[in-house]
Amino acid sequence: MTRYLLRRTLVLALSLIAAGLVLFVLLRLLPGDPAAALLGVGADEAQIAAARKQVGSDQPVPVQLLHFLSDLARFDLGRSFVSNQSVLPEILTRLTITLPLTLLSFLLALALALPLGIIAAVRADRWYGAAISGLSQLGLAVPVFWVGILLVWLVAVEWRLLPASGFPISGWADPVAAIRALVLPVVTIAIVMGASLMRYVRSATLDVLGADYLRNARALGETRAGALIRHGIRNGAVPVISVLGIELASTLLGAVVVERVFALPGLGSMLLLGIQQRDYPSVQGVLLVSTLLVLLIGFAADIAQRLIDPRLRDPAGRAR
Amino acid sequence: MHILPKLALAVGASLMSLAAAVPALAQADPSAIIRIGSLYEPQNLDNTAGAGQGINEAFNDNVYEALFRLNDDGSVEPVLAADHTVSEDGLTHTFTLREGVTFHSGDPLTAADVKHSIERVTAEDSKSSRKHSLATITGVEAPDDRTVVVTLSSRSISLPYNLSYVWIVNDAAQDISASEDGTGPYVLDNWKRGSAISLKAFDDYWGEAPKNGGAVFTYFTEAAALDNALLTDALDIVTSIQSPDALAQFEDTDRYTISEGKSTVKEIMAYNDRVAPFDNVKVRKALARAIDKQKLLQAIWGDRGMVLGSFVPPTDPWYEDLTGVDPYDPESAKALLAEAGLGDGFTFTLDTPNYDPHPITAEFIKAELARIGVTVNINIITSNEWYTKIYQAHDFQATLQEHVNHRDIVFYGNPDFYWGYDNPEVTRLIEEAEQAETEAAQTEKLREANRIIAEDAASNWLFLFPQIVIADADVTGYPVNGLNSQFFLRDIQKTN
Repeated sequence: MTRYLLRRTLVLALSLIAAGLVLFVLLRLLPGDPAAALLGVGADEAQIAAARKQVGSDQPVPVQLLHFLSDLARFDLGRSFVSNQSVLPEILTRLTITLPLTLLSFLLALALALPLGIIAAVRADRWYGAAISGLSQLGLAVPVFWVGILLVWLVAVEWRLLPASGFPISGWADPVAAIRALVLPVVTIAIVMGASLMRYVRSATLDVLGADYLRNARALGETRAGALIRHGIRNGAVPVISVLGIELASTLLGAVVVERVFALPGLGSMLLLGIQQRDYPSVQGVLLVSTLLVLLIGFAADIAQRLIDPRLRDPAGRAR
Repeated sequence: MHILPKLALAVGASLMSLAAAVPALAQADPSAIIRIGSLYEPQNLDNTAGAGQGINEAFNDNVYEALFRLNDDGSVEPVLAADHTVSEDGLTHTFTLREGVTFHSGDPLTAADVKHSIERVTAEDSKSSRKHSLATITGVEAPDDRTVVVTLSSRSISLPYNLSYVWIVNDAAQDISASEDGTGPYVLDNWKRGSAISLKAFDDYWGEAPKNGGAVFTYFTEAAALDNALLTDALDIVTSIQSPDALAQFEDTDRYTISEGKSTVKEIMAYNDRVAPFDNVKVRKALARAIDKQKLLQAIWGDRGMVLGSFVPPTDPWYEDLTGVDPYDPESAKALLAEAGLGDGFTFTLDTPNYDPHPITAEFIKAELARIGVTVNINIITSNEWYTKIYQAHDFQATLQEHVNHRDIVFYGNPDFYWGYDNPEVTRLIEEAEQAETEAAQTEKLREANRIIAEDAASNWLFLFPQIVIADADVTGYPVNGLNSQFFLRDIQKTN
């Protein structure tokens, strides 16, 4: 396991560097001049040249790349072209919104999807099992921004129960206000994410229900529920965990839509603004940090699967 | 047992609080924090660093003051300049500074600070959009602590106006892109990038104390989220509404006040006047007459905004109603085209920025011009493409754009500007206006230039955006015109 961890960590670091290189090159291939975008109508060539010099976009691309890599080695993500502030502290501040938003949504989605998915599978022949399945189909079909807009209209504007948008300027210093600001976005994501997770849980459970080992367990005298809990969940969990990893990662990246609907100053809105303004360091920084997080999620999912399923750990087993 | 006295106490207390609340109903609360919603987040805190209009909205005259102020009605008045004298030849301006002014850091205001502040804008590597208008400044001297002498290469009647954009910054302040040290009635309290800026009243302000305790500007990228915040009472006021569709939600006049002011935002169809057929004044006039601008404005803004006959909005001193020069008249438009040898019409490409209201405006124009036999190919572009293709490379036939600045008729005096309008008479008038000895003479010259530009149909001026501010009914004293995106806070009052 130790060797495996070391190898995975190395792969993670290399993936991150590769992602950084690709990002760097792709951003420079995009049309548009960040200096001109910075200055707007009324700027003359001399001013644009001065701006290029200041942000370093007058340098040849290989030189810019060298700067980028040497900064990266020192965990410095550079300075924003637009605000001239370091990118990393801003990313960290925004993560204090995006991370809780993503994790809370994920936990809530899981809390909805696990029991409902299992019920939908075990009681597939009853009306409520079918109803749960139908609801999850519906949840899959609606776009996340539409759910958000609907919740805002109902809960915030009509009922006045929760704030419709924004995040307290003092951040988490006032935890109650911060949590209140996150409730609607979290519920929005959880509804959509929970619906898709529920489908996976349901089909994984259906697979397990038809498995030989479960029939054996029943034959050895276990009740259906007991067999499912002792053997089924553990086996069904392995495929579900990789789906969970993917869902968590895509929620992190997809938070941009929800952040926009609810005017939350998270990582997603920073990315969007950075793209609009051709602010390469901001965009690079956000994408690198999100890549790192996604890689870490994949890493954690792998480890979790190995802990649950000994066959994956065994060199003679299926995987390696 | 104990319940009765407690009950009596509670009743007494609530009666007392009721009594205290009654006079408060009608009274303004001088410590109230005004919660403002805006779509224009500043990207840094320095208006000379390409920070966008948001920083002017939050900081002009609130955090930083200038020698002069551009008021909401378009007039200019002295602020930090107590006295201003001009030499006979108009080339030397002497300013005496107001006494008793201190920066937020406690440093007193001196002439050296003013010199530093002006030179920051005119410096070689300055990125200020105002650098051009101050190009005639050849030197700034500070002979003593209270006196600033500005020397010019040629007369500049607009100097006080142009100085209204120059924030007076403490020369000892370090990087002001993330902090501030101004002399205004408010100090920066907190800045959360991507989200909000809060200001609080400055206790040692030299002038009259503001009528509120401070303000929080909250920034939105989505207009709907901004509207929702006002609907759910998370905001007191919204600085400008960009879509009339939102207005219906606020029509309950007991709760909200909708004010319509005069903006300086002009929606125009600019031609490339260098290229055929737009180098022909008859073609330009034909297109001006072929578009029913009143109908276009109605479609986009309902009853709000106004049709313009030229580039000059009513808050510029040289405004004149020139809508009669080329009124809507498709028949005469056809005749003009025939005179220009284009009786069978022609085809051109209209480069259209991809955001509101340009695409819908382009569709309208396309339909209108089809009636006089002119075919429009709409080419949707990003604002970034607009800068490189149109603004920098002049590679276009016609384009839509919103021009936001106040007093920007001077663009028509620059033949190298993107639209390539080149009339030596206009260039001369605009230059002479700047060198006029009196404001009346300046105004007369610019009126004349404006009439020529309108007669030449240099561009197709479609309409002036309305400036719509929505506020809670208990909030008063805010600026309604928002010239140059300024949003003066000091007179805003909130009653409870």
